[in-house]
Amino acid sequence: MIDYELSPDIVATREQLHMLAEHAMRPIARDYDEREHEKPWDFINMTWQLSKNSGIGPGRENRDKTEPRPDAERNLRTCVAVEELSWGDAGLYLAMPGPGLGGAAVMAAGTPEQKERFLSRFKGEKAVWSAMAITEPGAGSDSAAIQTTAVRDGDHWVLNGTKIFCTSGLMAGDPSKSNGFIVVWATVDRSAGRAGIKSFIVNAGTPGMTIAKCEDKMGIRVSDTATLIFEDCRIPLDQILGSPEVPKTSEGFKGVMATFDATRPIVAASAIGVGRAALDFVREELKRQNIPIRYGTAVHKLTAIERDFMDMEANLQAARLLTWRAAWMMDRGQRNNLEASMAKAKAGLVVTQVTQKAVEILGPLGYSRELLLEKWMRDAKINDIFEGTQQINMMIIARRILGYSSKELS
Amino acid sequence: MINFELDQEQQLIRDTVVSFARDEIRPHAREADEKGLIPSALIQKGWELGLVQSIIPEEFGGFGNGHSAISGAVVAEELAYGDLSIAMHLLAPRLVTVPVLEFGSDALKRSVLPRFCGDRFEPASAAVMEPRMDFDALTPTTSLKRDGDDYTLNGEKCLVPLGNEARQFLVIAGLSNGTGASHPQAVLIDRETPGLTIGDRERNMGLKALATTRLVFDGCKVPREQLLGGGDGAIARLANLWRVAQSAMAVGVARAAFDYARDYAKDRRAFGQVIAQKQAIAFMLADMAMEVDAMRLLTWEAAWKLDRNEDATREAHLAKRYAAEMALKITDNALQVLGGHGYIRDHLVELFLRNARSFAMLEGFAIA
Ligand SMILES: Cc1cc2nc3c(=O)[nH]c(=O)nc-3n(C[C@H](O)[C@H](O)[C@H](O)COP(=O)(O)OP(=O)(O)OC[C@H]3O[C@@H](n4cnc5c(N)ncnc54)[C@H](O)[C@@H]3O)c2cc1C
Ligand SMILES: Cc1cc2nc3c(=O)[nH]c(=O)nc-3n(C[C@H](O)[C@H](O)[C@H](O)COP(=O)(O)OP(=O)(O)OC[C@H]3O[C@@H](n4cnc5c(N)ncnc54)[C@H](O)[C@@H]3O)c2cc1C
Repeated sequence: MIDYELSPDIVATREQLHMLAEHAMRPIARDYDEREHEKPWDFINMTWQLSKNSGIGPGRENRDKTEPRPDAERNLRTCVAVEELSWGDAGLYLAMPGPGLGGAAVMAAGTPEQKERFLSRFKGEKAVWSAMAITEPGAGSDSAAIQTTAVRDGDHWVLNGTKIFCTSGLMAGDPSKSNGFIVVWATVDRSAGRAGIKSFIVNAGTPGMTIAKCEDKMGIRVSDTATLIFEDCRIPLDQILGSPEVPKTSEGFKGVMATFDATRPIVAASAIGVGRAALDFVREELKRQNIPIRYGTAVHKLTAIERDFMDMEANLQAARLLTWRAAWMMDRGQRNNLEASMAKAKAGLVVTQVTQKAVEILGPLGYSRELLLEKWMRDAKINDIFEGTQQINMMIIARRILGYSSKELS
Repeated sequence: MINFELDQEQQLIRDTVVSFARDEIRPHAREADEKGLIPSALIQKGWELGLVQSIIPEEFGGFGNGHSAISGAVVAEELAYGDLSIAMHLLAPRLVTVPVLEFGSDALKRSVLPRFCGDRFEPASAAVMEPRMDFDALTPTTSLKRDGDDYTLNGEKCLVPLGNEARQFLVIAGLSNGTGASHPQAVLIDRETPGLTIGDRERNMGLKALATTRLVFDGCKVPREQLLGGGDGAIARLANLWRVAQSAMAVGVARAAFDYARDYAKDRRAFGQVIAQKQAIAFMLADMAMEVDAMRLLTWEAAWKLDRNEDATREAHLAKRYAAEMALKITDNALQVLGGHGYIRDHLVELFLRNARSFAMLEGFAIA
């Protein structure tokens, strides 16, 4: 039965997080954007306590599994929560401690023992991060082309290679920041192609792993984006995720890729939060100037501003509904590979356009660093790039609707 | 609690309409467009699906299944997937039955609704649009003036579906309140009303199988009982129901174009490969699939609000705008995928494009 109303429980989560977004994130957003590599420790510690006590926050999805009553709307709730936090500030949201992408991978592919060992850290007193390192200088979208190797040596795996653009790589990998871990993709057998790609859990401070630098970026500056160098980095055998066997087919790789079906709607939700921040701002500004948005009015009577605003609003809502649908399917245990990519592709593009249009509509106010609008435009763009670029998500959609393999369409 | 799945009854309705659209409507789409004529046997078969009768309460002879904007949207999408003109023809009677059901007096319901529960297709229609560039459904220039106990109707309407045969018309006119201002009011008039002239069949770029005409009202007398109730809210709600139905039809047409182009692209070879394997084509198709879903999700949201009796003006307006624009973009891209062949009338995509072009213009014209 069709229903577009969020359950009261999710609405309550949203309202709580809205307070946090408005009163704890917005006031410091500009500051941490300007002071790029400084960490908002007060905010971090406060949200860590909050999320531990109330169970709200972006990390909740990975904790719930160990709770007695699983949340039937876990993925949807996460999307609503992440939209709200990103409405506050997308950079601060990304910088928040918690299981993040690394935790999601452990959740999806880890053994019960691994889940217990690594995910229990997120229940501790001190903030903990995890990260996911796939991208390399020579392999971005084409993640199957990674060169980092993992070689078995007695009861250890030995990692060698360079990872770039690792979100929260610093916070998860530097033991002075947290007792975190990084899930690293490496190949155990280059000749096996995709099938040879495995992921490994590397603890913060493991000898042989160096955090070489953190990037200077256009937006989401408070979130660190680290380069990690692995030189004979030795990790215990039991820190491989899933089976060490190299299967004849690329099923294993598909398994790793399936993590994206869960995380793409979350990225889309974050994107929508930024877009909504911009749209809300424009709406308020128009109201202040007594410029109405006349829904239901004949098209030729609408002003250019009204048309722009309506298009922004409809597109953003379309992206939100695609996102909620992808999350809802996941909650029902349905395969959502196609829908997750639709959500991500649409949301990434829409918020890029919506925030750019908002800057345009607001004129000099939009361009000024006195306000946050220009920042939202800078922050928004990343959503069209990470977790699969616009093009990569369109390709996934295309393969699914056409019934093509990655060989037939690349 | 969020749920994007139709209930069982809605799925059942959809399944019925899906096969009718595929097996009965689609095979007639091209010829109906060329000849400007829908075979009466097809219309009669469509009538027998019970899409009009089903929502009328049993006391008036209907099936009493009730009226829901979501079910209406599902039906409209699937019929329009078959063919837009034929869909509009089959659903035209609902332009009278739904407003009467929602806003008619008991007497009006008793006199009007039983006619729509017979064995034969009962042609009826609505006259909303006017032949002016600056037409606005909420401020029509067609006027309704108090005349003793009754009213007089003057003005001109265009794009009235089934104008050639409808026995009753729902007309939206501006009712003056004596102070010079007017507000929109729905009235029901019979075809035989003196002073009503029915114009020739209109000739349009698309929707060629749908017979539309102008209507001219020259001092038509309208008895008081023929006015619908509900106040200003009634017209707003009707307009929103129509917007939702139009959006749903836009989804149907867009989806038809997408399916057609996808199948063609998987078959057509160029430069040693099927063209679906070229990203330029594959990405267009991916975008179509994504936007079809987006259009539908927005449409259903507005419908859901209407079914809860909430004001859905914002949602319906945005859904309609979005759907109209996307239907045009998608049908245009579909034609592009077929290249030169898409421009030739052997293929249906050019018909989809001509039909899709109507949505942006159609305000207040459609099916509830
Ligand atoms: C701030 C930030 C945070 C990030 N966080 C992480 C992280 O935590 N972990 C991680 O592993 N990675 C992370 N990334 C990396 C990110 O996932 C990659 O940047 C992204 O996947 C694109 O890879 P690339 O930059 O190498 O671009 P490329 O793959 O070189 O792509 C360049 C362009 O070519 C297009 N393209 C590529 N292949 C195709 C194709 N087959 N068809 C059509 N077009 C194609 C792309 O869409 C793009 O427009 C992050 C990146 C940034 C900027
Ligand atoms: C009214 C009309 C008049 C015409 N007059 C003439 C004439 O006088 N003389 C004459 O010789 N021809 C004529 N043509 C033919 C016209 O030039 C072709 O229709 C046109 O070149 C496209 O070829 P096609 O229709 O076979 O499409 P296809 O080549 O089958 O293309 C189908 C689709 O695939 C796309 N596509 C094809 N290859 C690629 C690729 N490698 N990468 C990405 N996309 C690709 C195309 O852009 C198109 O969107 C006419 C066509 C029409 C409709």
